[in-house]
Amino acid sequence: MKVLVPVKRVVDYNVKVRVKPDETGVDLANVKMSMNPFDEIAVEEAVRLKEAGVAEEIVIVSIGPDKAQDQIRQALAMGGDRGLLISSDDDVESLGVAKLLKAVCEEEKPDIVIMGKQAIDDDRSQTGQMLAALMGWPQGTFASEVKKDGDKLHVTREIDGGLQTVSLNLPAVVTADLRLNEPRYASLPNIMKAKKKPLDKKAIGDYGVDVAPRLSVLKVTEPPQREAGIRVEDVAQLVEKLKNEAGVL
Amino acid sequence: MAILVIAEHDNANLADATAKTVSAAAKIGGDIDVLVAGEGTAGVAEQAAKVTGVRKVLHADDPHYAKQLAEPMSSLIAGQAGGYDVIMSPAGTSGRNFMPRVAALLDVMQISAITGVESADTFIRPIYAGNAMATVQSKDAKKVITVQSTAFEAPGMDGSASVETIGAGEFPGVSEFVAEELTKSDRPELAGAKIVISGGRALASTENFEKYIYPVADKLGAAIGASRAAVDAGYQPNDYQVGQTGKVVAPELYIAVGISGAIQHLAGMKDSKIIVAINKDEEAPIFSVADYGLVGDLFEIMPQLEAAL
Repeated sequence: MKVLVPVKRVVDYNVKVRVKPDETGVDLANVKMSMNPFDEIAVEEAVRLKEAGVAEEIVIVSIGPDKAQDQIRQALAMGGDRGLLISSDDDVESLGVAKLLKAVCEEEKPDIVIMGKQAIDDDRSQTGQMLAALMGWPQGTFASEVKKDGDKLHVTREIDGGLQTVSLNLPAVVTADLRLNEPRYASLPNIMKAKKKPLDKKAIGDYGVDVAPRLSVLKVTEPPQREAGIRVEDVAQLVEKLKNEAGVL
Repeated sequence: MAILVIAEHDNANLADATAKTVSAAAKIGGDIDVLVAGEGTAGVAEQAAKVTGVRKVLHADDPHYAKQLAEPMSSLIAGQAGGYDVIMSPAGTSGRNFMPRVAALLDVMQISAITGVESADTFIRPIYAGNAMATVQSKDAKKVITVQSTAFEAPGMDGSASVETIGAGEFPGVSEFVAEELTKSDRPELAGAKIVISGGRALASTENFEKYIYPVADKLGAAIGASRAAVDAGYQPNDYQVGQTGKVVAPELYIAVGISGAIQHLAGMKDSKIIVAINKDEEAPIFSVADYGLVGDLFEIMPQLEAAL
């Protein structure tokens, strides 16, 4: 089986982003960039499928600036076999990304596509579902467990009420949730080896796909700030304040 | 303008989030219909008909919709989309599963988890774990939107919409429900609770949650929540996680116990009306959003709190 893992270069999850004073976006100058943490979990799951003998080949794909090669190399160091960068200096919206990934799927013919359930920059949580729709494939979103069962894929999903397991025909799209696994750190020898793994570069134009944005961001502003309140001395004072001042008890 | 709201429910009860999504639809303005798809859902359809502002309830009852799997749901919804300018659903795990699929089938860029309506084509939504708010305008002729329902007030329940049975859509037959393991609790549901009490890594075990958090929750009639660290450690089930990637809550009172307050956690609770933080680290970021902070050892404070209530 072949597994395709799309990864996104995003602001590192430890960075507290700042809104630009002119409200055109957030300030990304000199900010640490990393692989989207949910995509890292997806890469790890693909590598585990390969180690378990379920998958033979792992292809990593990213749509983004030239520097997204760093994230592809990281995924290769974790155990991916080869990479594909579709370079774009402009942001591509989820629907455009899904259309590009559809074109990649038609070329690569993967059996499973695993990707993060959401990117931590725009928090939209939709690319995997959109790709599944465009391909007419089933989807297992918010996955906390993935198991091959005969010719089906069993995906356990984190849902509002608890956990749900679905059985999917292959090919299928899986989106990774937090508790699917704990991604490994790439070892130094593997990082060195990853530098020699094949990494193709293509441009969006090579795919003949319309990725024109459908949404325009009119402005980006600071969220309403909450002021820190007061420190109470003890439980008695806390209960008194909640009863008489806040009126919530 | 015609708007279709997709109901979130468990085949027995309409979720509060559905009614709040109707409120968001009312801010856009136009005729609002609600689609109830499930199995044995006549009661849910009746509840939906009572939500103030609803014109008509479309009711599709079929075993294929019992678990609201994304493949049959998206095909049903996309099939109904012709008569509507806007299709909306609550941004729970159910809507987040099938709505992007609907959007792609309709060649629309979805607007996810909105917290505000500026006009019929312009919406506000949090990005970067709520550290910034984006105002986005959609150029798509049809809009597909998920709604962060805690940002909208619940409407009244004095409506009397008609209920119209509709036929099922296509069943793609590529996916099947196998099993589910739902968390059982007599406490209020986390997303809609008036009071939430959440515990963090500092609780250190499931037993400590039971010993120090549950008794206070029971006295207050509160729902239980947890930080990601506490869920990752297995102290509480996954559906109790509050935060950017878990549930977003906005209760009247949120009590954070032994939670340091990572930005990802704050994203899930900072719209609560009153926030109480109990933490032994006086530098913990949770205090910067708390109305009332109490510095101290939770293992001493929680029994005192239980006794004082």
